[in-house]
Amino acid sequence: MREWIDAATALVVLSNLRLLGTSRLLACVRIVAVQGILLALLPLLSHAGDLTLRVALQATASMITKGIVFPWLLTRAVRGADVRRELDPIVGYTPSLLIGGALLGVALWLGWRLPLPGSTGSQFLIAVSLYTIMVGLFMIVARRMAITQVLGYLVMENGIYTFGLAFAEKEPLLVEMGILLDVFVAVFVMGIMIYNINREFDHIDTDRLSELKG
Amino acid sequence: MSTAAILHVAAAVLLAPLLQGTMSRTKAVFAGRRGQPLLQLYYDVWKLLGKGAVYSRSATWLLRAGPSVGLAAVSTALLFVPFAGVRALAAFSGDLVLFAYLLGLMRFFTVLAALDTGSSFEGMGASREVAFSALAEPALLLGLAALARRAGGFSLSDCYGAVRLFDFGPSGGLPLLLIGSAFFVVYLAENARIPFDDPDTHLELTMIHEVMVLDHGGPDLAIVQYAAALKHWVLGALVTGILLPVRTGRVAIDFAAALGAMFLLAVATGCVESTMARVRLTRAPQLLVSATVLSGLGLMLILR
Repeated sequence: MREWIDAATALVVLSNLRLLGTSRLLACVRIVAVQGILLALLPLLSHAGDLTLRVALQATASMITKGIVFPWLLTRAVRGADVRRELDPIVGYTPSLLIGGALLGVALWLGWRLPLPGSTGSQFLIAVSLYTIMVGLFMIVARRMAITQVLGYLVMENGIYTFGLAFAEKEPLLVEMGILLDVFVAVFVMGIMIYNINREFDHIDTDRLSELKG
Repeated sequence: MSTAAILHVAAAVLLAPLLQGTMSRTKAVFAGRRGQPLLQLYYDVWKLLGKGAVYSRSATWLLRAGPSVGLAAVSTALLFVPFAGVRALAAFSGDLVLFAYLLGLMRFFTVLAALDTGSSFEGMGASREVAFSALAEPALLLGLAALARRAGGFSLSDCYGAVRLFDFGPSGGLPLLLIGSAFFVVYLAENARIPFDDPDTHLELTMIHEVMVLDHGGPDLAIVQYAAALKHWVLGALVTGILLPVRTGRVAIDFAAALGAMFLLAVATGCVESTMARVRLTRAPQLLVSATVLSGLGLMLILR
């Protein structure tokens, strides 16, 4: 099972890198969806021997929200805004990839240096969760489009979820569901916001939103 | 120094042009053509060797030295490549750095010969070649560093001797897959194949390797083409050594399997070329950076 967990976490790292390197918005949405599903699989893999109904339920709930509902909402927003790709990000795609590689090094170093009390998961899982949080933050800072910033927010939430996974064997159901609901509402609101911003201003470039109209 | 290692060098010297024949045959099958003979490169080399050489009056000895130094460098590199789990003819601690820089020497002299002619096209090709290989080198060296750390020895033979098929331990499987795919990208880039360069095109604006050898003719061109085929073999052996390491313990079976893997790689390259388009020149560095990151990730997984 350990190998499968390692493979899933490495795929999460690769999905982060792919996210940093691609400019197509629909592809980005799909990558984040795949990442969400991979992360939802992790508790199932680590509890493969003693699978309880609660773990299965939690995994299914997060798989449905992150793998189906969010992509659907965001795909709708992308289609509604009629943009296919982000052409002029603040940090270009090749530098983003290089920064992503450097961040991975930092995250792994931090993961080694940060032996958390009560941590049950592997140090690698902690490093990957830190990395995912960093990539999410970087996406929010380095991209102009509202859509990619929402995706960055989602990736960051994925990272926090992974951190919880590494930290506590079983997260309280209420906390987990609360977080999931929060994220759901946030993405829901942001999806509608993007649609409305686009209808009002004919673009979703957040840099140009700082100027007042008229 | 074992018989198998000598056999590998002999096989590489004899069969390297056949790899390219396999690639172009695969592409022909994909396109529904009959394609050129499998032995076309042998015929080409033979024909070119019978011709006389023509040199530009404005070029210096660099143009003449380029092909020979390239062939010498890549043949020396071949001596360090382990094949089928058998130690290479020459192996010492640290030879992986020498290996990387022998390939670098070959590239350097190709570039010098191209610049020596003073043609603007060749200068353009040289600049692209240098830019791409500067990005491919970290991917190769990081991957080799990971393998060296894994095997606990700084020789290519040590590194590849420790690779096993179906090794799903903590430092096998996944990191090896990552490094193997990074090496495959390096192999495509260094040998000027699609998606980095189209070996079939003769359009000056898109060529990289082809454009640098425009002024070579006769025996020089034969040497350039043969050296390119050998480079294919050398880098291909690095890729197949990671992705398809068959180790049964019987040298004959291992050797046959490794040879089969080389031709499988040639077919795979042909498939990649038939199904993919060349990426835009500005996107190619991004692919190479991704390969570097893959190698780096493999290294970190092994270091952990």
